[in-house]
Amino acid sequence: MGMTHIVDRRLNGKNKSAVNRERFLRRYREHIKRAVADAVQKRSITDIERGESISIPSRDISEPIFHHGQGGHREVVHPGNQEYVAGDTIPKPPGGTGRGQGGSQPNPDGEGMDEFAFQITQEEFLDFLFDDLELPYLARKSLKDVESWKYVRAGFTNQGIPAKLDVVRSLRGAHARRLSLGGARRRKIKTLETELEALRAAPAEQDPAFSHDDQIRALEDEILRLKGNLRRIPWIDEIDLRYRQHARLPQPATSAVMFCLMDVSGSMTQMHKDIAKRFFILLYLFLKKNYKKIEVVFIRHHTSAKEVDEEEFFYSRETGGTIVSSALKLMHRIITERYPPGEWNIYAAQASDGDNWNDDSPICSKLLAEKILPLVQYYAYVEITPQDHQMLWHEYEKLLPLHPRSFAIQQIADPAEIFPVFRQLFERKAA
Amino acid sequence: MSENTGDLLQPLEKQQPISTGSEWTFELIHRYDEEIAKCAAEFGLDTYPNQIEVISAEQMMDAYSSVGMPVGYHHWSFGKQFLNTSKRYQRGQMGLAYEIVINSNPCIAYLMEENTLPMQALVIAHASYGHNSFFKGNYLFRTWTDASAIIDYLVFARRYVAECEERHGVDAVEQVLDSCHALMNYGVDRYKRPAPISAAEEQRRQKEREEYLQRQLNDLWRTIPRKEEIDAEHKRRKKRYPLEPQENILYFIEKNAPLLETWQREIIRIVRKLAQYFYPQRQTQVMNEGWATFWHYTLLHRMYEKGLVNDGFMLEFLQSHTAVVYQPPFNSPWYSGINPYTLGFSIFSDLRRMCENPTAEDREWFPDVAGSNWLETLHFAMHNFKDESFILQFLSPKVMRDLKLFAVGNDDDDDFYRITAIHDDSGYRKLREKLARQYNLSYREPNIQVWNVDIRGDRSLTLRHIPVDGVPLGNDTEEVLRHVHRLWGFDVHLESVDDGELVEDYHCPPKQPVADE
Repeated sequence: MGMTHIVDRRLNGKNKSAVNRERFLRRYREHIKRAVADAVQKRSITDIERGESISIPSRDISEPIFHHGQGGHREVVHPGNQEYVAGDTIPKPPGGTGRGQGGSQPNPDGEGMDEFAFQITQEEFLDFLFDDLELPYLARKSLKDVESWKYVRAGFTNQGIPAKLDVVRSLRGAHARRLSLGGARRRKIKTLETELEALRAAPAEQDPAFSHDDQIRALEDEILRLKGNLRRIPWIDEIDLRYRQHARLPQPATSAVMFCLMDVSGSMTQMHKDIAKRFFILLYLFLKKNYKKIEVVFIRHHTSAKEVDEEEFFYSRETGGTIVSSALKLMHRIITERYPPGEWNIYAAQASDGDNWNDDSPICSKLLAEKILPLVQYYAYVEITPQDHQMLWHEYEKLLPLHPRSFAIQQIADPAEIFPVFRQLFERKAA
Repeated sequence: MSENTGDLLQPLEKQQPISTGSEWTFELIHRYDEEIAKCAAEFGLDTYPNQIEVISAEQMMDAYSSVGMPVGYHHWSFGKQFLNTSKRYQRGQMGLAYEIVINSNPCIAYLMEENTLPMQALVIAHASYGHNSFFKGNYLFRTWTDASAIIDYLVFARRYVAECEERHGVDAVEQVLDSCHALMNYGVDRYKRPAPISAAEEQRRQKEREEYLQRQLNDLWRTIPRKEEIDAEHKRRKKRYPLEPQENILYFIEKNAPLLETWQREIIRIVRKLAQYFYPQRQTQVMNEGWATFWHYTLLHRMYEKGLVNDGFMLEFLQSHTAVVYQPPFNSPWYSGINPYTLGFSIFSDLRRMCENPTAEDREWFPDVAGSNWLETLHFAMHNFKDESFILQFLSPKVMRDLKLFAVGNDDDDDFYRITAIHDDSGYRKLREKLARQYNLSYREPNIQVWNVDIRGDRSLTLRHIPVDGVPLGNDTEEVLRHVHRLWGFDVHLESVDDGELVEDYHCPPKQPVADE
């Protein structure tokens, strides 16, 4: 009694299992990636940003042990007998001679289910979704074309300006130096002093060559000399001084702006727009994982372009023809006005069914090549059409060899292709 | 003289209820624990000191997933367990409220903060006095586990595994652990008492072991003998290695596998030690839960007799208790085998009944028990048995009738099941034997032992399976053999030998069918 110790553990961490959970996800990475890719294709547009329930076939994650199989003779005791008496026989259900490995075997992992299901968080969902993908040439941009710098501490140096003198470090160094330089002498002094003590205590022996008093005097002189030496060790010296050192580190721009360009002319159906929207969403989520701050600019166009909000971008209907270059011009103007390329990482995705006034397409590719591509990290053009490519595609195609790093075009015919195409556009490329 | 509860206990004086609400506070938990401890002392329950830890639901899920180890090494399988637990909890398929208690000294029990006060009292009585006294008293635990050393050992194991991960990579360590886990049930000494585990000792001896082991191995796998020598050797004596079959497969591998590195052997050892630590729990599930349930029931009733808890408290307590000991019948959709709480609680309660109010049947079946001092009888039963022998010794006709037990035979060759025994005069003994056997671990798990190592030849390892009642091995066998192979490093064979006749064999790597010329 009184021996019980009651502890409140609630304040301790609750994530003791986090590492084990992470190990599990790591082990079944491939399974989960597949499930995530499936989920993206099935999910509705508004609903990409949440976790996901993942199922893995139970047999793939079972932990095998030696156990009994079906067959042989066995007897099992059960509770709750109502009508049976010894000797009764009960026909086995047809097809169930007990052999075979039907799915009815209760399974401690999945409550008799064939699937092991669990939840992953939104964060993890995105991780798996964008695994193996990389922002196109982000590294190049952040290391070579840096516009901003940040100073970080980088240890100490023995040269510097007085303002950066670190007093504590310097004194500590001086102290150490004094100790190490004086150590041998101090030891010597100590021994000599003991000797001196002993000598004084000892009876004066008559040694005519080196009298007792002379011996004492000699020792005293030596001690005095050493002490003088000690005193001459400088209290602080030039070499003790330490200065804080700072290094200039490139500070990659942490903001990105994403331009969504979409054709909303009469030929674009709601289905086209939905596909485009999912593509934009993927791009947005992808950028969000990589940048602290992201702004999105929506530009819609038919014969003329207009910057709009998201709602209008996706859901208002227009009729009429298409002049793509209007959108490109507007994008260029917005960049110069609001997003200086030195401070912003600029991404753009253009979605269209490929329709354009034929006269306009060469203008578009010229605009892109001369005005826009030099400013952006990446420009992706997706053509949403099951049909043959149109004029704009062919014009854009010509730009590809000139801008292999910052420009890509792809075709999407079906919602199921959105993610594969997205992956293709952003796949990690061998350096 | 009648053996009545009252005689054993202090005369009652009615006291005031400790509390009336259902909200708990640390103060109240203290008070309840104090009073429960007093009652436990009246009944002579001998326990380790208690450590009661209040935790949140999330922490309870953590505790669940680490299979009852308060500190564990990292492994994906615990993560899988965690995902499964949290999913079921969130779906409401599973209450967490019950208890987790660690066989350690002090004995650690977890209380969930969500529990109401009566639930907390129930868990304290159940875990901190019921299980605790079982851990301290039962012979299996006394022989095989060292409650005061387990936590330190777990800490040692966790650190060792983490160090290995750092040095050899997570994947390499995970592979060894996977293989060890597959053989965990075959990593225990069933008959020989192992040295108690102690962390300090482990660490001290670990270095020593490294050196010895390598030397020993070199001995075993010494130079390859010349051809003539082999033939001579073979003729002289056709001895197997090991001379006797070895039941502890992991131990055998740890000591004899030719290619393992020292750290890998050490990890095998860790898994083996943990298997050994849990081995008594696996053999005393019915007894342990039955004992703890009997005592939460008895202790809280004692509190009620003293007036320390009121009717409302008892109502809530009894509701939980009833849920715990509910046994769905075999044809219910909720049926998943015999509930160990029900069976154990029924047997212990009936033992007490037989002592206090014996019938003619009891006197005939249990002459030593009927009319004896119930506390002594119960303690005797708790101290000296495991599930198998406990059921064989103490399952009474009355309990069999109450639970309406019956045995169903299933012969592979028949297209029907046969009822082989029911709860009647001709069935009691059979039923009892059959049920007891169901709890015999060596019947529940296939009997597989190390049979031979071809020391002078291809170094292959042969395991032998002795089937019982013609029951073959399950469909994981090949998979487990791959794990054995990974640890052993050379070919592994497994033979099922029934009555001297080879009925089935498995090989890893699988045998190539011999092509006809």
